Amino acid sequence: MAVDIDTKISILSMRDTGPAPEAALVRDIIKRGLIATPVLLGASYAIWGINGAYSCAYALGIVFANFALAAALVAYTARISYALMMGSMLFGYIFRLALVAVAVFVVRQSSWVELLPLGLTIILAHLGLLFWELRYVSLSLAYPGLKPKKSKQKKSEQPTESATQ
Amino acid sequence: MEALTKIVKAAAEAATGDEKNIAAAGSAGFAYGLAAIGPGIGIGLIFGSAIESMARQPEAAGMVRTTMFLGIAFTEALALIGFVVFILLKYA
Repeated sequence: MAVDIDTKISILSMRDTGPAPEAALVRDIIKRGLIATPVLLGASYAIWGINGAYSCAYALGIVFANFALAAALVAYTARISYALMMGSMLFGYIFRLALVAVAVFVVRQSSWVELLPLGLTIILAHLGLLFWELRYVSLSLAYPGLKPKKSKQKKSEQPTESATQ
Repeated sequence: MEALTKIVKAAAEAATGDEKNIAAAGSAGFAYGLAAIGPGIGIGLIFGSAIESMARQPEAAGMVRTTMFLGIAFTEALALIGFVVFILLKYA
């Protein structure tokens, strides 16, 4: 007896239980951001003084938090379903923009805030860190997140070579 | 005609001060809203394409998600630029 069952499954009802590449990317972005932080703080201090340095530090905090929140949202919701991931990305965009706006509006009249270094750091850090990260992104099925470091690659190749000898 | 000129002059005088500030704030907010629309559409397109790619090739989902995340982060930079320009024009 043939049973007519519609076997089409929507991709939106599926989920991804594998490792989250976004988390690795953002961890790496924040690590690089921490390397660049002293340079940016020093430049802001040299141009706008101590208030500029405080504003720059605050802006860097906003940028790091924005990246971390975006990655956390994607990584967490992808384990539940792609539909939820879609919702979290689209509404998360508005939510994160609102958070950035609130974070800036809350402090805009404080005595230690210089708006120009604050705004410039938000844009430059966001774009700069993304461009910096692009160099280390791997687009291969073997390494869907970051490229493996050369030293790690050599170590993993060594046992294979000795095994063939 | 003279009365009309007087009215226009009076309106121009009234527009100075608070009303001008309100109009400027409204315009800046409107401009920021417009700046956020483009990236919103862009993020929707990126995510739609990513879902399509994952449906076609589920084994490449990790790679697609990496590209999608970077694409969304770059698109979001446009909205951030709009926000920063708004803040600088309005308050700096």
